[in-house]
Amino acid sequence: MSASLGRAAAALLRWGRGAVGGGGGLPGVGVRAASSGGQAEQLDALVKKDKVVVFLKGTPEQPQCGFSNAVVQILRLHGVRDYAAYNVLDDPELRQGIKDYSNWPTIPQVYLNGEFVGGCDILLQMHQNGDLVEELKKLGIRSALIDEKNQDSK
Amino acid sequence: MELSADYLREKLRRDLEAEHVEVEDTTLNRCATSFRVLVVSAKFEGKPLLQRHRLVNECLAEELPRIHAFEQKTLTPEQWTRERRK
Repeated sequence: MSASLGRAAAALLRWGRGAVGGGGGLPGVGVRAASSGGQAEQLDALVKKDKVVVFLKGTPEQPQCGFSNAVVQILRLHGVRDYAAYNVLDDPELRQGIKDYSNWPTIPQVYLNGEFVGGCDILLQMHQNGDLVEELKKLGIRSALIDEKNQDSK
Repeated sequence: MELSADYLREKLRRDLEAEHVEVEDTTLNRCATSFRVLVVSAKFEGKPLLQRHRLVNECLAEELPRIHAFEQKTLTPEQWTRERRK
């Protein structure tokens, strides 16, 4: 438990404010510069770089749409803090590119372990039916909801 | 062509062979740019959520770019029966 806390804290430092909230654009991503042929590979690398990756309208601190906010809140409920978030409103090419990449027409989009999971509806249903706890477990992330449940039953 | 809840309902019912479809215009002023849909179809059987939603997205591929917000729930007839008993 303390190990995962440490990881979360380290990741928070890594992603908190700076990279997640980030002012403008995606410095390291280079989506903008990539040719359309290379974009899929760029995005592929991007979604695989972190265990949990979300594409939002807005930032986790300030989501600009109710559905993006729902994704942020669900992750918060599960105590998932070290995730990479990209704001598609900062980058029109990323906004279209990620839709093409996943063949999914809407934002937000959630990726676990490099795999496209779905949008807000799917994450919400996974949250409701318990699948999200299981999927996080596969990534070595212990959902905060497990501990909450254990406390309730005591 | 004008988007409407009725139009979407008919299209989903026809293309997904749905036995039950609910379409709600969730736009505040009913201006038909936001929708919430429930689709009950035997086509969803044995398919994970992502694939079910993809079927719906494909069915409405023409319309989705003009829809601002879209929420969907996809159930098999069996799930739908259970849901109604709750």
